[in-house]
Amino acid sequence: MIVTLKINGEERSVSAAGWESLLNVLHDDLGLPGSKAACEQGECGSCSVILGDTLVCSCLVMVGSCEGADVTTVEGIADGDDLHPVQQAMYESAGVQCGFCTPGFVVAAKHLFDHNPTPSAIDITEALSGNICRCTGYGAILRGLVSLADDGERE
Amino acid sequence: MNFTRATNIDEALAAKNADTDAEFLAGGTDLMVEVNLAHHRPKSVIGIENVAELKETSTSRIGAGVTWDHLESSSHQALAHLARTVGSPQIRAAGTIGGNIGTASPAGDGLPWIAAIDAKIEVVSQSRGKRLVPWAQFFTGVKRTSLGADEMVTALVLPADMPQIQHFAKIGVRSAMVISTVSCVVARGTDGFRVALGSVAPTVIRVPRAEQLLNSETRPSEAALDEFAATVAKEVQPITDHRSTEAYRRHAAGVLARRLVVRCLN
Amino acid sequence: MTTTSYRVAGRVGESVLRPDGIPKLTGNFAYISDLVADRMLWGATRRSPHAHARITKLDVAPALAMAGVVAVITQEDVPGNPRFGQVEQDQPVLCDGIARYWGEPVSVVAADDPETARLAAAAIVVEWEPLEPLSDPEVAVETDGKVIRQIRIERGDLSASGTVVVEGTYATATQDQAPLGPEAGLAIPDGSGGVDLYATTQWVHVDHSQIVDCLDVTPDQVRCHPAGIGGAFGAREDISLHIHLCLLAGITGRPVKMVYNRTESFVGHVKRHPSRMEYRHESDENGKLVKVSARVLLDGGAYAHTSEAVVANAAFFVVGPYNCANVEVDAIVVRTNNPPTGAMRGFGVVQTCFAHESQMDKLASAIGIGPLDIRRINALEAGDPLATTGQIIEGSLPTSRVLDALESIPMPEFETTDDPRLLPGGTGRTTEPSSVKRGVGYGLSLKNLAFSEAFDDFAEARVLLTTAGVEVHTAAMEVGQGLVTVCQQIARTVLGIEKVAVVFDDTSKIGSAGSTSASRQTQMTGGAVHAAAAQLLQKILDDHDGDELRDDGVYLTGQLVATIADICTDGPIEQWVQFSHPPTEEVDSKGQGNPHAGFAVAAHRAVVEVDVDLGLVRVVRIDTAQDVGRVLNPDAAIGQIEGGIMQGVGLAVMEEVVVDAGVIKNPTFTDYLLPTFLDAPSIEARFIEEPDHWGPFGAKGIGEPPTISSTPAVVAAIRDAIGKDLTRVPVRPQDIVGL
Repeated sequence: MIVTLKINGEERSVSAAGWESLLNVLHDDLGLPGSKAACEQGECGSCSVILGDTLVCSCLVMVGSCEGADVTTVEGIADGDDLHPVQQAMYESAGVQCGFCTPGFVVAAKHLFDHNPTPSAIDITEALSGNICRCTGYGAILRGLVSLADDGERE
Repeated sequence: MNFTRATNIDEALAAKNADTDAEFLAGGTDLMVEVNLAHHRPKSVIGIENVAELKETSTSRIGAGVTWDHLESSSHQALAHLARTVGSPQIRAAGTIGGNIGTASPAGDGLPWIAAIDAKIEVVSQSRGKRLVPWAQFFTGVKRTSLGADEMVTALVLPADMPQIQHFAKIGVRSAMVISTVSCVVARGTDGFRVALGSVAPTVIRVPRAEQLLNSETRPSEAALDEFAATVAKEVQPITDHRSTEAYRRHAAGVLARRLVVRCLN
Repeated sequence: MTTTSYRVAGRVGESVLRPDGIPKLTGNFAYISDLVADRMLWGATRRSPHAHARITKLDVAPALAMAGVVAVITQEDVPGNPRFGQVEQDQPVLCDGIARYWGEPVSVVAADDPETARLAAAAIVVEWEPLEPLSDPEVAVETDGKVIRQIRIERGDLSASGTVVVEGTYATATQDQAPLGPEAGLAIPDGSGGVDLYATTQWVHVDHSQIVDCLDVTPDQVRCHPAGIGGAFGAREDISLHIHLCLLAGITGRPVKMVYNRTESFVGHVKRHPSRMEYRHESDENGKLVKVSARVLLDGGAYAHTSEAVVANAAFFVVGPYNCANVEVDAIVVRTNNPPTGAMRGFGVVQTCFAHESQMDKLASAIGIGPLDIRRINALEAGDPLATTGQIIEGSLPTSRVLDALESIPMPEFETTDDPRLLPGGTGRTTEPSSVKRGVGYGLSLKNLAFSEAFDDFAEARVLLTTAGVEVHTAAMEVGQGLVTVCQQIARTVLGIEKVAVVFDDTSKIGSAGSTSASRQTQMTGGAVHAAAAQLLQKILDDHDGDELRDDGVYLTGQLVATIADICTDGPIEQWVQFSHPPTEEVDSKGQGNPHAGFAVAAHRAVVEVDVDLGLVRVVRIDTAQDVGRVLNPDAAIGQIEGGIMQGVGLAVMEEVVVDAGVIKNPTFTDYLLPTFLDAPSIEARFIEEPDHWGPFGAKGIGEPPTISSTPAVVAAIRDAIGKDLTRVPVRPQDIVGL
């Protein structure tokens, strides 16, 4: 079937088996490989995207149901060469190692900060508890995002 | 694959009636796991995620299409608490209570609450109309229900005498995003305590003997609570699998149920 | 040397940010699973559903007949050596008629798209005669031909005895590395019988030699390229889909890509050896060790992989960082029909460290002294002989300083809270604050750095100065650990030039860098870069009569005497170095000798809170002090320490590949539980900097120690909270409540 979606503000049409995951279609058919397949069960968050205003695992979204959907992927978070504040914060705090989980963290953290610019450390922790990182032990990610929340607090 | 997007319940039922093999898709959090594991390739899907009627809630019902993230702020305390433990934030934003009911996993996080408050499942088909199924008749086995091939789950119908005191707890070996090894809801209504447990039998269960024991006392003593816990541990029928052992699940069911009773008393 | 105020930015010692950080944060970093090529086919694997079985019928015709299927291959199609393995070539490229583990590849398919490839793999007809799986390693010890390696250590007087004796039997379960990026590869044929391979790995050159051998081609016909990889932790040290892809690309003449899903990843890479360990510690009445005896049994699974080296590590570090004159060890690794095991962060030392640290606590409690006391009394320091092999510790080993530093970190307050997120059981709201008991425990570990036992361990690097800046060339695998930044910092510091690009070359362009394992790349590839840069600098200064190199050229007493353009008049100027660490030896028949190139010590203190009635644990805090030689990049080093600790915490309380008669029962992230953000303890780390006798700027490898002693520290803390013996990891709720 042909599905037309609005991805990162741009209308895109794609031919896909309707049962395929949005993740597969983004990654393999639409040239947007930033969203990552790591578990395909909704148990790691590496494929997180924002669908409308909802943070979801794109591996669990059936593309056949996505006609007309508005999707924000990791590729749509930065403004050109300007990193989004959550990206800048994770970059500066050394919150990236292998980086395979990073797109999911960026999308989930952006969604969090869009809805709550000043989350507490434990709120950040719970909000990102669906994103598994195997490299960092989460410490550097937390330090980056806590400092971003502190910046929000000062404003 | 044939995909039909339903905008109301009638459209969804008409599509189901035309093709009873068609599958309903709401959050996709169960169905897509089967697809991604290549266990399943749906041929016909009816998308119901935009059916507004399924998202309605009132004091007497919760629409099947209500997602867990909305239920996290439910006024029913145990429901709000359990909603917060379903999968991850991403799963809670997509997954629905109706999906939990339809999948009927013994570990379904919402099911102990349904059993504890004695809710009914509202199911509808185009040819047979609406029926209200008591939860105990709806869940028939591991991932098996009495739902007919042409029916859909439309709502959870709440009892008029909703217990105001209710507590939930769930054991998993991780602090978040974990399938329960034992879960429990204890509700205290006008008729006394009701105790429901998940992951300790092929379906969600109540423990009537333990409930009876508890309800035979006005204010249970420590000894009575101990006996209650021991009865819960005997009454559940858990298995040993890769997530836990039968012995631990029995023990934990008793401990958890006892704690929740105490929370209800305090 | 002249004094100068010139100081290049981004030197050693600064928390330089990763050059690949921004592409990774924006989704633009190319992982192997993201690569595509024109006319690319997709591969899929048919696997054994049995842990041990004989193929009675294998018919690929139904798969080949499917539209869109281009090739189906079996073991008969392997042109060269039918077997591979980096130590012993014992594993068939595809099943040789007998499947020896659950999930063993039987056949691989190339087709136009992933779904067709999957369906074709499923369409292959395979009939099996199931055989009894050998799943008990103790039975394997008694079975002919199943011992992969046995190491016997006899040191000192084996009739010596102590006045205090503690014994214990310990076990560790199978742990999966669970790198977030599953195995992936893309093989591109070159049109003349050769192939370019991009595949998840930790060592392109060791892949290369095995592929060449199995394909029966000349070495120049296979080029293995370092490429983007989502973590490793040992999982990529052995071949997975590499040979399959090269064969398919050769037969089809088209690029072939294959990506494992998570369940395939669980069966498709080697895991940490499960172990069973019997220990006897004897000490004098003050706790000074007199004798340690141990028997260590590791389950190597179906094929050898790196088991020979893993069991050696388990044996040589059986005592840990402690002095003991009399030591007797039997360490055995066997073949079974369980999932193959091999490298994982800590490599054999994780297992014995859990046992020896449990024993040290037991000994301390038998004598009535504290856990830090027993460790101090016996601490192995530089200049002492290793208790097992007798090797004198050269270089630095500040064990007592590490313990002192750990003790100096303030203990966190016990905060009472009713926020379930901060209680055992987390959001499950299981736990009453009143049912929580707190415990504190310690772990101390010793780990060898780089390869041991006379292995020819070297790393090549090439450093060039061009008019556009410095280039560092290496074939080392950057798997996320931060080698790319360390190479830049070393080159900058030596050459005084800020603009440094690291180029990861394929196997045809540069020699081996060795494996990204054994905590070795900072020292080995870092050492090669350091030496190459230093020699390049000397050459440039000599050629231009200068005393200093800066961003803009050669200086003499503060005056520019030659610009970069002058230096590069005849093109880039370069230096190539093959760097080796100090030689190591094989041990003799009694396990005596000098098998190691270097050592590092680390200590951990865990604070846990335990719901004693439900057996649920929250790891509140881990404090650590680690012997790092010299910190090259503080933030990156903290990242290694925190990440390594989480893997140790995971093994302590939740991570277990559950295997029943050879079959993995939980090969998904739903049921193989990795710690989430909410499970992460807060971590406070202290670096102990005593430069080592080799390695750039005295730096030591830092990747493995955090994983090793964090596990026993957590278990000791749980024991402290509940007052029970715990002899197995992971500690499960049923172990705590005693069911």
